[in-house]
Amino acid sequence: MILGWLPADVSTFGPSIDAVIRLIFYVVGTAFILAEGTLLVFVILYRRREGGRAAFVRGDSLRQFAWVLAPVIIVICFDVAIDARAKPVWDLVKLQSPAPGLTVKLEAFQYGWLFRYPGPDGQFGTRDELVQTTTLTVPTGQVVRLLMTSKDVIHSFYVPQLRLKQDVIPGREIPAWFEATVPGKYEIGCSQLCGVSHFAMKGIVRVLTPAEYQQWVSQKWPKSGAGAAKSASSVRSSAHAAEG
Amino acid sequence: MAETRSEPAPAEAHEQMGFWQQYIFSVDHKIIARQYLFLGLFMGYVGVFLSYVFRWQLAWPGTAAPLWGKVTPSQYYELVTMHGTIMVFFVAMPVLLGAFGNFLIPLMIGARDMAFPRLNMASFWTIFVGTVLLLISFFVPGGASRAGWTQYVPLSDSTLYLPGNYWGGNLWLLAVAIDFASVLMGGINFLTTAIAMRAPGMTVWRMPLLVWMELVASVLFMLSVGPLIAGVVMLLFDRIVGTGFFLPQRGADPLLWQHLFWFFGHPEVYVVAVPGLGIVMEILPVFSRKPIFGYRAIVWSALVAGTLSFIVWAHHMFVSGMNPNLAAPFSATTIAISVPFAVMLFALIATLWRAQITFATPMLFALGALANFLLGGVTGIPLGTDASDIYLHDSYFVIAHFHNTLVPTAVIGGFGGIYYWFPKMFGRMMNETLGKLHFIFTWVGFNLIFIPLFLIGLGGGQRRIYQASVYTYYKPLQPLHVIATIGLLILIIGQLPFIVNFLVSMFRGQQAEANPWHANTLEWMTDSPPPHENFHTIPVVTRGPYDYSVPGMERDWAPQNEELMAAAARN
Repeated sequence: MILGWLPADVSTFGPSIDAVIRLIFYVVGTAFILAEGTLLVFVILYRRREGGRAAFVRGDSLRQFAWVLAPVIIVICFDVAIDARAKPVWDLVKLQSPAPGLTVKLEAFQYGWLFRYPGPDGQFGTRDELVQTTTLTVPTGQVVRLLMTSKDVIHSFYVPQLRLKQDVIPGREIPAWFEATVPGKYEIGCSQLCGVSHFAMKGIVRVLTPAEYQQWVSQKWPKSGAGAAKSASSVRSSAHAAEG
Repeated sequence: MAETRSEPAPAEAHEQMGFWQQYIFSVDHKIIARQYLFLGLFMGYVGVFLSYVFRWQLAWPGTAAPLWGKVTPSQYYELVTMHGTIMVFFVAMPVLLGAFGNFLIPLMIGARDMAFPRLNMASFWTIFVGTVLLLISFFVPGGASRAGWTQYVPLSDSTLYLPGNYWGGNLWLLAVAIDFASVLMGGINFLTTAIAMRAPGMTVWRMPLLVWMELVASVLFMLSVGPLIAGVVMLLFDRIVGTGFFLPQRGADPLLWQHLFWFFGHPEVYVVAVPGLGIVMEILPVFSRKPIFGYRAIVWSALVAGTLSFIVWAHHMFVSGMNPNLAAPFSATTIAISVPFAVMLFALIATLWRAQITFATPMLFALGALANFLLGGVTGIPLGTDASDIYLHDSYFVIAHFHNTLVPTAVIGGFGGIYYWFPKMFGRMMNETLGKLHFIFTWVGFNLIFIPLFLIGLGGGQRRIYQASVYTYYKPLQPLHVIATIGLLILIIGQLPFIVNFLVSMFRGQQAEANPWHANTLEWMTDSPPPHENFHTIPVVTRGPYDYSVPGMERDWAPQNEELMAAAARN
């Protein structure tokens, strides 16, 4: 099946996006097959025959043109249905921003990705801020909010399995969010032409189980104990952690 | 003109001109049309060659492409940028507007030439200069532009981001601006000619659909290109003088360029697609021996689609970072465009109902174009829908979609037009066997390229990736790239019969009658090729263009200039 080419979903909104793709695929696919089928049948059926004469049908009366209008009205109904089905999904992914469990600043540059964690105090720019290049480590079951900027040209943060794509623009901070559901390593591809090494601008989203993630957190911020990334302001003293 | 000619006939006057005046700096719309056709075909094969090189790299990365060698990343991005630029601005527009519009508008409306013959010549030589500049850019230090055919800023704005690519980028902007100026001149000519120079009796509702479609395209182009010409000049200033119109570090918003580009870019798609459909609309009735179904509805649909095309541009920018609240309205207008196009396509299919279809080469191309344009149309829906576009944007699905809209109309439809009007253009017939061979290779090859690309897009493969093996999710998609490149090779082999057919038929083809296809429109009511100034006597139009198989008439065609009473008397 053609939709079998879609990679596995690992985000909470992934199945909703796939549902829209599937709806369009079936609706539009049926219309497409009917139209092509009609075309093919006509081409076979109405081949020139010796002594035959074509019907003089101009299709300029409403009665004749109804044969075109009827399928067009069906098309309009499909259009409205698709718009109606897609709107809440777009709003969910791009307009709503559920309360984040983790906020990370993303900086894109020619040619790589940089992720800035606020650390246990939940504040960016403080001493417990952690900068990671290439790999974004997140837990399952938590809303991750990304605040994205670019240092040079336009890039696009794209993770096929998360069904998330968002351009990253210099001079602006653009928010995006996702919540991963399945642990694993997923590649980030840049999907906006950004220069001659655009193709190699790969990153990784490393999705861990909550327990594994806690372990990772306590490794990165040793003095913060088991505290979640956003709590505890008592750890200002923890060393400024750079590249992990 | 009187029966006894006291003054020299236009054709004889034409003979007295020198070679340069007659064939190079000609003001005759028929010669200019041929110049456009040769230029467009030449650039078309340049564009195909570029795609061959980068598709070779996609299928067999790191191996040497025959006739080129190994492809470096810089070369790869040069190739994809220039392929897109050439095909849209230097092939589709010169062939569909420059060649077919120029050749057919005066002939179809019964005029002696374009309204402004010198402007017409100027428009060809302007695009010629643009073409030369674009080709030169391959050979300047740093090579041709690598910023993609959309030239998104700030990538295209400064050599900071594409080191060494200074002259390539400048020449790209210059060439495209000149190209736009040329098409603008052409559009003014098309409109004036069609408004002011129609033969007696040629009311607007008797104009052949191709003329309508050329006019719709010209108006769309004229109304949409202004903002982009401004943008192109500003970008050129950024690059050369350092103005910073589009540089965020100087306070600009890079999205401005995208708005300007796509405000033009979406209508531009129809500037190319609509005349291509117009060709299909001329061919279908002739080889079906039936009137086109719903002539007026088709015209109105084209006008509605053209109008809508001005308020859909941001569907190219759903995930660009523009205000996400804008997505829903732009999505709705985009999806609404399916309505006028559905009217047109269903009307074309209905034209075949109870027809008498013959499968001459032009008809094969027209049917192939229709079949694939349907695919191009329906695959636009998941891209125009904001939610699904989050996933499909900038993937190979987009590439497969727009090639299935532009290639069927501009290339497959365009080839159909060449086979159909060749007898009128050159006075000789093309070979049918070679033509059919050309069709089969082109159509099968084309589908073999782009159906796999839809799947690559669904599989998550993003576009403009020099080496897909960087990503693990791309690995299962690699065989599809191989199939696509094999499809391209088939398509390229299929061009040989065409080139041979075209060149040999031009000189050795069977002499064409005035009206070899038994068609109704006025271009067939004069010699093949038409004399200088087109008609011995300006025809008087008495009926619409698609009266085929009129009941009570013995013949199954009724020329537009045939006197109704006389026709009735003959039967």
